[in-house]
Amino acid sequence: MKTKLVAAPYLLWMVIFILVPLIMVAYFAFTDKNGNFTLDYVSDVAQYTPIFIRSIWLALIATVICLVIAYPLAYILIGMKKSMQSTMLMIVMLPMWMNFLLRTYAWMTLLGNNGLINTLLGFIGLEPYKMLNTEGAVVLGMVYNYIPFMILPIYAVMVKIDKSVLEAAADLGCNSRKTMLRVVFPLSLPGVMSGITMVFVPAISTFIISRMLGGGGNLLIGDLIEMQFLGNAYNINLGAAISLVLMVIVLLMMTIMNQFNADDEVVLM
Amino acid sequence: MKKLAKVYLGLVLMFLYVPIFVLIVFSFNTTKSRSVMSGFTFDWYIKLFKNEIIMSSLVNTIIIAVIASIGATILGTAAAIGINNMKKLPKAIVLNITNFPVINPEIVTGVSLMLLFVFFAARMNLEFGFVTLIIAHITFDVPYVILNIMPKFRQMDPFLYEAAQDLGCSPFRAFFKVVLPEIMPGVVSGFLMSFTYSLDDFIISYFTCGASTQTLPITIYSMTRRKVSPEINALSTLIFLVVVIVLILKNVVERHNENKRNVLVKGEVQ
Repeated sequence: MKTKLVAAPYLLWMVIFILVPLIMVAYFAFTDKNGNFTLDYVSDVAQYTPIFIRSIWLALIATVICLVIAYPLAYILIGMKKSMQSTMLMIVMLPMWMNFLLRTYAWMTLLGNNGLINTLLGFIGLEPYKMLNTEGAVVLGMVYNYIPFMILPIYAVMVKIDKSVLEAAADLGCNSRKTMLRVVFPLSLPGVMSGITMVFVPAISTFIISRMLGGGGNLLIGDLIEMQFLGNAYNINLGAAISLVLMVIVLLMMTIMNQFNADDEVVLM
Repeated sequence: MKKLAKVYLGLVLMFLYVPIFVLIVFSFNTTKSRSVMSGFTFDWYIKLFKNEIIMSSLVNTIIIAVIASIGATILGTAAAIGINNMKKLPKAIVLNITNFPVINPEIVTGVSLMLLFVFFAARMNLEFGFVTLIIAHITFDVPYVILNIMPKFRQMDPFLYEAAQDLGCSPFRAFFKVVLPEIMPGVVSGFLMSFTYSLDDFIISYFTCGASTQTLPITIYSMTRRKVSPEINALSTLIFLVVVIVLILKNVVERHNENKRNVLVKGEVQ
């Protein structure tokens, strides 16, 4: 069959709009304004190490919290009746269909000094507590926005676990805690791994959540990049260098995650 | 244990929904306060519909999403057919590159496309706006179309296509009669996914839209940067309503199809 040829338009598209742009990122990262080779920008990235550490740290905390909340939830979901399960899953996933700017904005209004939570605290005689523009608010925003990405893959893997395997474990003398630990958990690991990647990657690269909920004081890698391309700091060479480093971090993290994940099925929503 | 599970589920749902319901409640507030309800009004909704920037960006968003998702579906369907017939190594290479926009942080995809468009803008008088947005959207949509169709080929009996030709179909006709119906569910879900991602995208659009063309998420972003405006709450409420309606419809259609399939299967057994 000569049908290979129908892929030609896409292959062209792929090269021009996926490959070439990524090569351009690398090119700009390693050249100066006149197009001469330089390592200045890549080494300049080192001065932003605190921001990189903060981004990795906050994204890690958010990922762990997502996992801690999502895992029991997925387990509860698969224990439900089939018809109930799909309705419940839809209800859990529904907020994800709202634009994430609106979801983040919702927390802005809740956490603000004149926001609902502080007003309620005021009623019981408490001083307003500074919640907005803190690292905690940024982590909260990450958890709220990305938790569906953790719930879905874990649920998708768990729901496929053969019930008779669990019964066999019980027959062989496992109590429910032991079944959970020795059977369900190992079998659900691929879902956990893809959940971790799907939360960590957008969390580490966000610039909206940090800007809306973190104020100006909690810059993340994403903010740095955005500032170099569209902000006052305009310096696309430095921006490209930072993007390149971010890409390397993400790829490294994915390679590590893939070590645990033999099943390379992509869970998509 | 059962009770504990219910409490847990309730708490998670509260966490997910309270912020949205607060937005909805305050969209009917007479004042701009975000903590005290002082009366009921529809004013913010009227203001919303009279806001030309929001309305024109909504139109832009829909136009871009329609064009990009149709473009991506055509390009992606053809691509999937071709990729399916490739040898192992080229196939693996192409699929890996196709995966880049899916696994890369969105901001990197956005920035890389911006670099490319800046390059073209300087040399070929390309202007940031509709064209760059549509190209960017097709680029991040196509992978989802391809990823949705590829598994359908794996499920399909490869001999069906040959059988159709043995029975007298031209290759072209065999494709339309046999292959296309088999991969159609993947094409449709790829299209729907592209469409929703295009409607919803902020980050990549933000880097590729330029100064003159705004999509709805970009307008929402600039609204949240400025002072408080309950119009955003009104907009959130409407979007929430649309989402709920669409998801309920989707569920009803799926259940209906499932029932029909069950009836068919039973009929065949008898």
